[in-house]
Amino acid sequence: MEYIAVIGGGIAGMETAAQLKALGLEPVLIERTEALGGHVASWHCLFPDLSPADKLIKDLKSRLEGVEIQLGTEVASLNPLRKGYSLVLSNGKVYPCRAIVFATGFTQFPAERKEEYGYGIYDHVITNHDLEGWFNGNGDSRVPEAPKAIGFVHCVGSRDIKAGNSQCSKVCCITAIKQAIEMKERFPKAEVYCFYMDLRLFGKKYEDFYIRAQRDCNIHFIRGRVSEVAETIDGRVQVKAEDTLSGRPVRVPLDLLVLMAGIVCNPDNKKLSDAVSMPLDDDGFFHSWNNVVDITRSDRPGVFLAGACTGAKTVPEALAEARSAALNVYQYLKGSK
Amino acid sequence: MDFGFRLSPSSAVDLDKVNLALYDRLAELDPGIRTCIGCGSCSATCTSSAYSGMSVRKVLLALQRGRMQDVEKMLSNCMLCGKCTMVCPRGINTRRLILNACRLYDNVEEEV
Repeated sequence: MEYIAVIGGGIAGMETAAQLKALGLEPVLIERTEALGGHVASWHCLFPDLSPADKLIKDLKSRLEGVEIQLGTEVASLNPLRKGYSLVLSNGKVYPCRAIVFATGFTQFPAERKEEYGYGIYDHVITNHDLEGWFNGNGDSRVPEAPKAIGFVHCVGSRDIKAGNSQCSKVCCITAIKQAIEMKERFPKAEVYCFYMDLRLFGKKYEDFYIRAQRDCNIHFIRGRVSEVAETIDGRVQVKAEDTLSGRPVRVPLDLLVLMAGIVCNPDNKKLSDAVSMPLDDDGFFHSWNNVVDITRSDRPGVFLAGACTGAKTVPEALAEARSAALNVYQYLKGSK
Repeated sequence: MDFGFRLSPSSAVDLDKVNLALYDRLAELDPGIRTCIGCGSCSATCTSSAYSGMSVRKVLLALQRGRMQDVEKMLSNCMLCGKCTMVCPRGINTRRLILNACRLYDNVEEEV
C-alpha cells in the first residue's frame, strides 16, 4: 500500500490526516510525543470565543478513525525514490509514501533567554504557556493566591532581532488580551496591565475582544516595551518601561508577570528539509512555493506544508491550511497518475 | 497696541519644510536607525532619562521632525553608558548614533 506521510500530530497534522482519509487516501500520522494535539492540547481555552481547547482536540481525534497513527516515534530517514519517498521511523517501521505533508509546527521561544525579564530567576514570572497550565488546574506556586496587580509583556522573543527572531508571532497580542480578561474575571479587584509595542488584532472578532478588555474589564494598555524587570524587597516584580504616549518612564510593582513568549521555528525542520533537498526560509520555517498563491505547496513535487511550520499561525489558519494541503495532495496524485 | 487677544503660532509639524539633513546623514552612516519602532526600551532603561528627559526614541523622532533644539538638549544629557544599545530589539547601535549625532551636529547646522 502507498501512504501519504503526515509528519507532526498537532492540530494541522490531525486535520490534514482526517481530510486525506475522507478523500479516500491512506495517511500515516507521525507524532514524536506520546499524544496527539501539539501545543493546543496544553492550552485551556481559545481566542476569541473562549472555546475549550480540549473539545477541539477531542473533535479532531474523533475524525481520525481508520487513520494509521504512529506515536512516540520520529522520522529516522526520508529518502526520495523515483516516485515518492521512503520513510523510515525511529521505531523501525518503513512506509513507502507517494507524498509527504510536513506539519511540524513551531517551538515556543525560550523565555529564559531574555534574561532581563527574569523568567526562571524571579519567583512570580511565568509564560503564557505556564498560565494556560494553571488555568487547566495544574498548580503553580508562582501564581499568588490573591494578586493585586498583574502584568503581561507582549513580544517576548518576537520582533526581536537580537533574540534571533525578527518575525511577529501574530497570536500573542490576542492571547494576552484573552489571558488578561480571564485573569480579571478570576481576580476582579486586580489591576491588569498589558505592555505592548504595537497591538496587532487582525483576526475575525479580535477587535471586539479588545474592546471588551478595555471597556468591560478595564485592562490598562501601556504602549511601551518592558526593558527590564527587577524583584523588589517584598518579593514582587517591578517592571520598567517607557509609557511612550506620555513620554515618561513608568515603573509598576506586580504580583505576577506573564511573558508572552513568541513563536519560533521547529529546529527539526532543518533535518527534514535537508532530507528532501528543500530550502528553508532564513527564519528557519519551511519555504513555501508562493507566499500569496499557495503557502501549503513547497518547491518539491509531492511535498506539502500545513500549519505553523511555515510561520506563526492562529488555530483557524492552521486548520484551513491543513485542508488546503490535503486537497493539494489529492490533486497532485490525480495529476501524476 | 493691545487688542485683548493675540495669535499663537501654529504648532503643526510641516513635514514639507522639515530639515532632515542630520537625520539623513546619520542614516547614511547607519541605515539601521531607520528601523526604529518607537517601543521605548531605550528610554525605559536609560539611567539619565527619568532625571534629564534624555531619550533615544525622542531624539530619533525629533531628528525626523526637525526639532533640533530638543535634540541638542537631550544629547547633552547622555552619559554614554550604552544600556540603550543593549535593550534595543531592532539591534540599533544607539550609542554610536549618539556619538555620530554629537560629532555631526555643528557641521550640519553650518551646511544648512
